[in-house]
Amino acid sequence: MVYVMMGTGFILILIGLYGALTNTNIMRMIVSFTVANTGTNLVLVSVGYMTGRTAPILDDAVPVVDAVHRIIDPLPQALVLTAIVIGLGVTALMLAYAYRLYETKRTLNISKFKELKW
Amino acid sequence: MIKKVITLALLAGFAAIFTNLLLGYVPDESLNLTARYYAENTASETGAANIVTAIIVTYRGLDTLGEVTVLFLAAAIVGLVLAQTRVGDQSGVEKMPPAGELLEVGTRLLAPLIVLFGAYVFINGHLTPGGGFQGGAIIASAVLLLLLTNPLRRFSHRLIARLESTMGLFYVAIGILGMAMAGGFLDNHILPLGEFGALLSAGAIPLIYVLIGLKVGAEFSSMMVSLSETEDQ
Repeated sequence: MVYVMMGTGFILILIGLYGALTNTNIMRMIVSFTVANTGTNLVLVSVGYMTGRTAPILDDAVPVVDAVHRIIDPLPQALVLTAIVIGLGVTALMLAYAYRLYETKRTLNISKFKELKW
Repeated sequence: MIKKVITLALLAGFAAIFTNLLLGYVPDESLNLTARYYAENTASETGAANIVTAIIVTYRGLDTLGEVTVLFLAAAIVGLVLAQTRVGDQSGVEKMPPAGELLEVGTRLLAPLIVLFGAYVFINGHLTPGGGFQGGAIIASAVLLLLLTNPLRRFSHRLIARLESTMGLFYVAIGILGMAMAGGFLDNHILPLGEFGALLSAGAIPLIYVLIGLKVGAEFSSMMVSLSETEDQ
């Protein structure tokens, strides 16, 4: 199970990188980056997963005394929560900049922007 | 052509690294030291049933304050970058076809319920899966629904900014109160821990998560409002 999850995450990262490197449309590149971002989060979450254990929430089903043997690692989940929120901020920024780029040349084709090309 | 070859070579390299990592990965049989500490001491130290919440709000509270700051910066920069192209009110009214009875009535019914659900999610953040960030995102989805129904709808930037900055101010104030009345910055012991598993328990955690929820909801909404108000000239 954990290998499936991690493998899916890695495949998503590769798909995202492929899309970001081959597409010339800026919108498609942004979508590719979010796909890669999702893959990274999936890999991080799967690192904390342990077979046969449950979510790190203490209640009647998972008493405090037994928690060490019943719950999965809570730390990757906390980290990924942060990563998702920051990822959303980055996506919003990319969209805003994409719009500004579109305004300057009236196109979203990245190969038309040659100012910094070498 | 060369570009494509380089891309594929790069991806093949990454794929090799990832395969190596995947094949060499051995899942832990028991919790590591850090996770074990959280599992054993979260309930007695913070009183929160959801350990992830305890980590985010209390153990790593400073990181969360930084995260909220990053989000604020992102929202502010989106507003700044798009500010010049933002159109005033009611410029393209004639061009837009009406959204339709179904969508309008549906939105009127759903938007308050979505906001209510978002509030439920962040108030119960210390007991159930969820919390301030998730609840804030749910509240922002109500704003998104309103914008989808009527793209020309204008939200008060002033209200969003006020809400956002007030919540941030209270968040930092609670952190400083923690230094004065309890063990350190953002310590949740400024309020009594209460009964474990009750709604009003875990000290300041529910209060902080309500502030974070409203702040994040306001920030996401301001990003969406900025993007929606940007129109091509």
